[in-house]
Amino acid sequence: MMGKDMLPLGLVACFLALPAQAMDDMAGSARPGQTMAHDMSGMAMDDMDMSDMADMEMPTTAPPAVQKAPPAPYQVRKKTPHVVHRAVDAPGPVVDIGHHMQAMDMGRWFHGVLDEFEGRYQAGGRSSLRWDGEAWYGGDYNRLWLKSEGTMTKGRVRDGDQELLYSRAISTYFNLQGGLRLDLDSGPTRAWGAVGVEGLALYQFEVQATGYFSDRGVAGRFEGSYDILLTNRLILQPQVELNLYSRADPRRQVGSGLSDIDTGLRLRYEVWRKMAPYVAVTYDSPLTQGRHMARKRGERASEARFTFGIRSWF
Amino acid sequence: MSRHVLLRRQFLGGLGAAGPLMALPRLGRAAAATAGAVPPLEMDLHITRRNVRIAGRTGVGYCVNGQMPGPVLRWQEGRDVRIHVHNHMDEPTSLHWHGVRLPSDQDGVPGLSFAGIPAGGRFTYSFPVLQSGTYWYHSHMGHQESSGLYGALIIEPAGASLLPRADRDHTVLLSDWSDVSASQIINNLKMQDDYYNFRQRSLASLPEESRRAGGLIPALKSRLQWSRMRMSATDISDVSGAIYTYLMNGEAPAQGWSGLFRPGERVCLRVINAAAMTLFDVRIPGLEMQVVEADGNPVVSVPVDEFRIAPGETYVVMVTPLQAQPYTIFAQSEDRTGHARGTLTPRPGLLGPVPPMDPRPVRGMVDMGMAMPMMKGMKAMGDMPMSPPVERTPADEIDDPGPPPLNVENQNIATHPVERVGSPGDGLEGTGRRVLAYSDLVALRPPPDQRPPSREIILHLTGNMERYIWGFNGRKYSESGPIHLARGERVRFTVINDTMMEHPLHLHGLWSELENGADDQHRPLKHTVISQPGSRMSVLVTADAPGVWAYHCHLMYHMQTGMFREVVIS
Repeated sequence: MMGKDMLPLGLVACFLALPAQAMDDMAGSARPGQTMAHDMSGMAMDDMDMSDMADMEMPTTAPPAVQKAPPAPYQVRKKTPHVVHRAVDAPGPVVDIGHHMQAMDMGRWFHGVLDEFEGRYQAGGRSSLRWDGEAWYGGDYNRLWLKSEGTMTKGRVRDGDQELLYSRAISTYFNLQGGLRLDLDSGPTRAWGAVGVEGLALYQFEVQATGYFSDRGVAGRFEGSYDILLTNRLILQPQVELNLYSRADPRRQVGSGLSDIDTGLRLRYEVWRKMAPYVAVTYDSPLTQGRHMARKRGERASEARFTFGIRSWF
Repeated sequence: MSRHVLLRRQFLGGLGAAGPLMALPRLGRAAAATAGAVPPLEMDLHITRRNVRIAGRTGVGYCVNGQMPGPVLRWQEGRDVRIHVHNHMDEPTSLHWHGVRLPSDQDGVPGLSFAGIPAGGRFTYSFPVLQSGTYWYHSHMGHQESSGLYGALIIEPAGASLLPRADRDHTVLLSDWSDVSASQIINNLKMQDDYYNFRQRSLASLPEESRRAGGLIPALKSRLQWSRMRMSATDISDVSGAIYTYLMNGEAPAQGWSGLFRPGERVCLRVINAAAMTLFDVRIPGLEMQVVEADGNPVVSVPVDEFRIAPGETYVVMVTPLQAQPYTIFAQSEDRTGHARGTLTPRPGLLGPVPPMDPRPVRGMVDMGMAMPMMKGMKAMGDMPMSPPVERTPADEIDDPGPPPLNVENQNIATHPVERVGSPGDGLEGTGRRVLAYSDLVALRPPPDQRPPSREIILHLTGNMERYIWGFNGRKYSESGPIHLARGERVRFTVINDTMMEHPLHLHGLWSELENGADDQHRPLKHTVISQPGSRMSVLVTADAPGVWAYHCHLMYHMQTGMFREVVIS
């Protein structure tokens, strides 16, 4: 293509590369009797017909070698647009005088949300306090993520789960997360490696699925929730969390298999976005082997409880 | 003339010492113009920051010569200006002359034109004024424009005006104001993109939707469709009247701004949208408006009842009130969560009735760019008349990046974008009022360059509202390079809006010749062009001004989260 259309390519190349004065000379020699104005008010190149430049790529930077293209007869051809597929704004060095633009869209943000901070009521002094929240710091792609949950009953914390994760945005709605999980509570401490995904699934379900591994085997956790807007401030949210373990850990009262479920139906009122008191019915229970273990200890296996709490974020 | 330079702004005395700093503008200091060499028009602008109290709430605002909005600047075509900007703050600032054609180092974009005006510093803008019309100026630094650093700019023509002669001339500058800081707003949007939207579909709104959709099943179907896409049909404006007070010439709507007329006079209203995030729909019940100028350029007079104006745009309309009664200038926000209000009145102190707000628009499949031909019979299309196709001379080369990727920064692809220059926009169809559409704009002067484009550049507007990231071609600013144009080159920018929101695109330093169906001699020149959701739109640009220019969405938080590009002409 370069060979066939050398002249027009040369013209365009010069047009792109040369200073205005040189260009005027160039165009003058190619097309005597016509001049080009380059001032702002006059609008450049009124006379120049570019219709002879079909079927060629317009280089963004012109090689200097083609500046001396010889004049050739002027031709008019029917235009057929030549389609190229390169984004004009492809990544490249930008102008940034005084470094004002550098970080415009590269802000780092710090947010935290306490989804559950609630009292779960039960007769016999066996009420408990439950929290589940997370906080993150970072930009659009890379974030440091902190998750914390636990249940405190009669001064003893169980299900204490603290995670420190690196989070990477991998798709429109999902983040890949990996890091460390520490079971920190009144029971024996356990450490796990963690890898999971977190995001917004089809139909706007909030989901988190995380796998954990350690010398005690593997474990998994699935969390999901969905917001049903009764009004724009009164929101009903079903939520569920399931835990799985490949091996039992009796000292932490964890059974193998599907070990426990924690679920709730919360009705919150967003007084303002960041502060929403709620009432809920929550249910938590060990499952399968865990349930047998609980029964052996003489504990009630499952509890459905009236709950109220506050959801808040910053 | 315009009364609003004498604003009755109520300031909290947070900065009592600022008073002495406010030197009076030396407007017309060199007014003794002699024939021949006219000395440049010199003026001093002093930028300060102070607490501003509006509608009972106090927030931080930026002032020019002690006023918010800044004073109306009046220049003359053909006469150079020298503007001395004094920064009295502890932060850098800048002023950008929106829509004015000037050397790129005078354009006032920190980073692109110059390094900004440092804290406590001074900068003199100096350039020839080669055009006339209604424009405006604003800061291009950080969040200053979102917090009041803007004002009107009127340039008188050198020769006879192409606008009809008016008996009175009022400037109507619209804006949105909040006591919540801009950095707080964007922080909230990053966490929850619908933070300020309290008009979402809910159980409570289901009966009403069912009635509109013609049954419960279609209403639920529509909801499922939107929730499957993880988007919201009620996403109209990212920031709403929940925190915004909409201002007309700096006045909150309770009383509003007012301008005088005598019955029978022709009144010229220069309407400017200086809002950060709000498109306004403007009407004056009881008065027909003649649109005579768009973005500083005269157009063949169009009689309308209403027009939409996006941030950055300006329109001049003529009205002739005949009755000795107050007429309300009603500017409702596109999402119908609030309005700015003013009054044209024969006597000071009169107020006219405020009309009820229209129903808020609901986005449809057209806005998603999914207006498939087979859907033509469907309801979504029924109230969305398609614009006739716009004839375009093909360019020699088309640079088509192809559909944008679905990635972290883009959540939608407009598979079937449509021409929407014939549509006044979402929420304005079927109102029974005559509403201005872009296809109504016919330039009074032929555009100076009538060459066909040698190159067509296709750009996709993209975004991920969930993460609140905006951009072009699935990339934000920091991941993209400048768009290089050759000096003198004539290009067509074809913009495909893959998002479901409007984006007023502002190209600095160059005219955007809107391909709205008018012929070569009548295409309007604009500096800010709304790209409607799900639409395909094009402008012709003559790259006749060398330098580095900004090209961006004029919704501030879209710009600041990535919908911004540099255009380099060399």
